[in-house]
Formats: sequence, C-alpha cells, structure tokens
Amino acid sequence: MALDVRLAHPLRSFALELGLSVPRGVVALVGPSGAGKSSVLRAIAGLLHPRRGRIALAGELWLDTDAGVDVPPERRRVGFVFQEYALFPHMSVRANVAYGGRARVDELLARLEIQSLADARPSAISGGERQRVALARALARDPAVLLLDEPLSALDAHTRAHVRAELRELLQELELPTLVVTHDFEDAAALADQIGVLVAGRLVQEGAAAELVAAPADAFVASFTGANLLRGVATTGHGGLTEIALDAGFTAFSTDEVHGRVALAVYPWEVSIARGLVLDSAVNHVRAPIASLVPLGNRVRVRVGPITAEVTAQSVERLGLREGDVVVASFKATGARLLPAA
Amino acid sequence: MSARVFSSVLWGACALVLAFLVLPLVAVFTLVPPRELLDQLSSPVVRDALSVTVKTNLVALALILGLGTPAAYLIATRVFPGRALVVTLIELPLVLPPAVAGIGLLAAFGRAGLLGDELGLLGITVSFTQTAVVLAVCFVAGPFYVRPAIASFEAVDPTLVAASRTLGAGPARTFIRIALPLAGGGLSAGAALAFARGLGEFGATIMFAGSLQGVTQTLSLAIYQEFDLNFDTALAISALLILVSAVLLLSVKAVAGWRSTSVSLIPFARSRSSSA
Repeated sequence: MALDVRLAHPLRSFALELGLSVPRGVVALVGPSGAGKSSVLRAIAGLLHPRRGRIALAGELWLDTDAGVDVPPERRRVGFVFQEYALFPHMSVRANVAYGGRARVDELLARLEIQSLADARPSAISGGERQRVALARALARDPAVLLLDEPLSALDAHTRAHVRAELRELLQELELPTLVVTHDFEDAAALADQIGVLVAGRLVQEGAAAELVAAPADAFVASFTGANLLRGVATTGHGGLTEIALDAGFTAFSTDEVHGRVALAVYPWEVSIARGLVLDSAVNHVRAPIASLVPLGNRVRVRVGPITAEVTAQSVERLGLREGDVVVASFKATGARLLPAA
Repeated sequence: MSARVFSSVLWGACALVLAFLVLPLVAVFTLVPPRELLDQLSSPVVRDALSVTVKTNLVALALILGLGTPAAYLIATRVFPGRALVVTLIELPLVLPPAVAGIGLLAAFGRAGLLGDELGLLGITVSFTQTAVVLAVCFVAGPFYVRPAIASFEAVDPTLVAASRTLGAGPARTFIRIALPLAGGGLSAGAALAFARGLGEFGATIMFAGSLQGVTQTLSLAIYQEFDLNFDTALAISALLILVSAVLLLSVKAVAGWRSTSVSLIPFARSRSSSA
C-alpha cells in the first residue's frame, strides 16, 4: 500500500511541481519555509485543490484533475496532525479524540498515555501533551495515511528531543504510509527512512539521510544538511587533487574533480581543531581566531574563520579553547565535496 | 497647563458626560413614586403593547437568527465576486434613518408598493399588520446581528475547520460542531444587540405598521401615544424598557467576559471584509 502523489499548482512566487510516492514507513519532506511543503500535505488531505494532479492510495483514487475526481477531505482516509495541532479549544481532550471516531477512544488515550488528561481542555495542557492528543485524534479516524505538518516546531528545545524519540517510535509501530513535513534536517533524519528535499516547489533530491549527507545534490542540500559552504574557483592542482581558490582568501584541496565556480562543502564533524599545525593526513588548514564556542549537548560547535567545526566537549577542555584563541581548523581533501555553485 | 490642571479638566469632562447621560434615566424612575409606576404597568394599553412587543420581537429574532446565521457564515467563509458590496449593503440599514426604512418598506411591501400586486393576489396584506412590525424590526435590527456574526465567523481559526474536515466531518457537521460554538460568544452578543435594537424600534414601525393598540402598537409606540394622554404610563413603560435594556447590555458584557473569542459591541467591527 503506497500513496502516490503527482501535483502541479501555482503558488505565490513559484509553481509546485512534484511526484512523490510514500510507501509504508516514514517519508520526510524537508525544505526551507515557503518551499510549498505544507501545500503538498493540504493537497493530499483535500484542503487545497491543485490546478492539476493525481493522488491515489493503492486502488483508491482521491484526486484526478484529468478525470474530474476530487474526493472531499472527510472522505479521504487521512490522519492530519497540524503544525499548532489545531485542537478544538471548546472540547475536552476526550471529546477531541472522539471527534475523529468513537470506537477506539479509550485505547488511543491509553496508547498515547493521556488518560489522565481526558477531561482537560487543550489550553490547560503542555505542548508535548497537545501533540499526543493531536496524534490520538488523527488515529481515531482510523487513517490509511498519516500526514504531519511540522510536528515538532511548536515545542520548546527542552521537550523537543524527548518528543522526537517518542514520535519516532510511534510512527515506526504504526506502519502507515506517513509523510512528515519539517524545515529541520535533524528532525527529518531522526523520524524518516526517506527524505525528499523540496526547494521552490520542486524535489531537488530524494534519499536516506545518510545518502543526502554523503552526496548532496547541490549546494543547497549540502548547507541544509549542515555542511559548511565555501565558494571559490576550482582548477587542477598537483598530485591529481583539485585546487580551489576560495573567495575567503585561502586555498583548499579536494579529491572531487570539478572545475570552475564551485561550492566546497565540508561537514562540521569532519573538521578537527588543533592548537598549532600538526603533522596529520589533512591537507586543508585554516588558521584563525575562534569566533564562537557553542555547546550542543556533549559536543561543541567551534567557529574558526569561515568554518564551523564540531568537536567533543572533552577536546575543548583538553585544549583549553576560548573565544579569541588562534587555532588551526583542518579537514581532509576527501571530506571536501565540490558542488556546482548554486 | 500643569499636569494637575489637565487631569482636572479630564475628570471634569468625564463627570459632565456621565451626568448628562445618566440624569434622564434617573429622572424616569424618580419623577413619580415607584408604586405608581408599578400600578401603571397593569393598564390595558401597557399589557397590549407588551404582548405585541414580545410576540413580534421573538418572531423577528427567530427570523434574524435563522436566516442571518447561515448568511453570515457564507459571507465569512467564502470568497466570491461582489462580496465587499454584499457586506456594505448589509451594513447600510445600520446608518439609515428609520423613517427612510419605513418608507422603503412601504414602497416595497405596501398595498401600492413594488410587491403590492403580487401580495394582493395571494390575499396577503402586510402594511399595518403585525407582520409589518416583524418586517420593520428585522430590517432595522437584523444588521446588528449579521454584521458581528460575520466578524465572529471570520475569527474562527480556519485550521480548526480544516482539522474537522480531515477528521471525517462534512461541511454541515463542521459548521454545527466547530464554527457555531466557537463563534457563539460573538453571535450571542450580536443577538442581544439586535434584540435590544428591535425592542426600541419606532420610526420604521410607525410608518409601515401604524400604532394600533393590541395589533401593531409596541412599547415604544405606546410611550409616544401615552405621553400626550397619560404621562405616568409613558414613564412606566420607559422604566420597564430601561431595565430590559440594562439586562441585555449586562448579558452581552458577561458573554464577552466568559469567552475569549472576539466579542465586539461595535457592529462595524473591523474585519477582512471591511478592509478588502
């Protein structure tokens, strides 16, 4: 059972144009705000009527503009979790869930561990709890497809990681074709098996998170997946390496063979930090003062000149790094991916 | 001017405004001893007028709610050509002099009016009957309900409506279970305002329905008739209407206090349609 989507619809400044297949499991649609992600979900749910398109779930046809088929939202078996959850403020948690369907209310309240909130109004519960109510309500209608619009963006950073892990577990158990929309690559990587990157209404790349990181299709995907982007001009250097004269003022080397205007992408975890030049296999070195040190759990993001490195908190302590210290950031030529400049 | 003097000017102006607005109301209750006011209320003129007023206003309110609510929902939730014009036409009676409303109703539904022949063929006479009172109240008071009702429906989060649809509820069920309760505060406030306006209807009614005791003479019309014949009766009816109006106003405010949804006492409450 898979959901097949083909859409063409003009949006404000560009046209949405994509084909997408969502098998059992979780597919994430990621992209910057305003890329048309939510419009895709709304079209699947029947809340937006695309200019042209075809949407079918296995044998069930929900939309076919050519054949004049457009099934109304209430007859598409879709579980929709809205960005701000859209719980009905004038109903209790139980009534919200029962709105989707009365048959499994108690089972769903128990499954999402919200029995104790059954009589509470949505305004009286926390963001994480609201999300669980929204999920229970969406599941109560016994959907064949699950659509989640930015399910984590309404949560504060503190509860986010925890809720993300729970949501991942639940989505894996449900085994429904699920489409999650998010602007956060980390959320997508955590929740989904497959990721589609949507930019200005078009899918620029599809694949597993690891594939996108290993071979980003373009500079946008690279920066979206967290890479440092350094722009410059690539020429053939010595030893078979490509030499890139970076706009930032220094020279870097890459094993990729591309020439002309390029964007060099290097992921923060592939950049190491040293107090001085050390003899190692890295050929690219940037010597600059530390602009900032931002702790992120057990890691620290260190900004050195134009590059961000991600190192362990222990390393920062061992080297005694402070803002303003002049250090050397190094990365290997094999970690420097060259992409056509966007 | 020092801050103190300025402040005194403000307080002085406020006191004058308040005194001017309250004095006539106090006078109605104090000119004659309360006992006599109560006695006057049992006169046949008052009882007939009360019965006509309650009957016609309840029918008018039912018509206003029954037709105004779906109309307001349509205008609030659909985009169609001429929508801004429709909203303006609905607002027009709010600013129209009641005498113009009376003439207009006569010109449309009177014996010699636009629909006079058609109504005559059906054996229906509208002018100078209780039906005329109901129509006059609907015309003058209806927009006091419909305008805030449009604003209240517009204030309902469209995402909640969308959520209801994706949960399997059709448009009608969504209207009844989501839009109606969420707009409820604004709708009740609008209904109370329309009802209050209807109770006080005078100009359009006297022109279109006349002032026949027991048939078309409402409390407001009875005041007008009695202030020549028996001033105390006019005072008694006025006192009664002040009390009813105060209760209606307080109930509107109470609803506004309970609900977080936008409840506006201003029929012209700014909304998408008026800014369009």
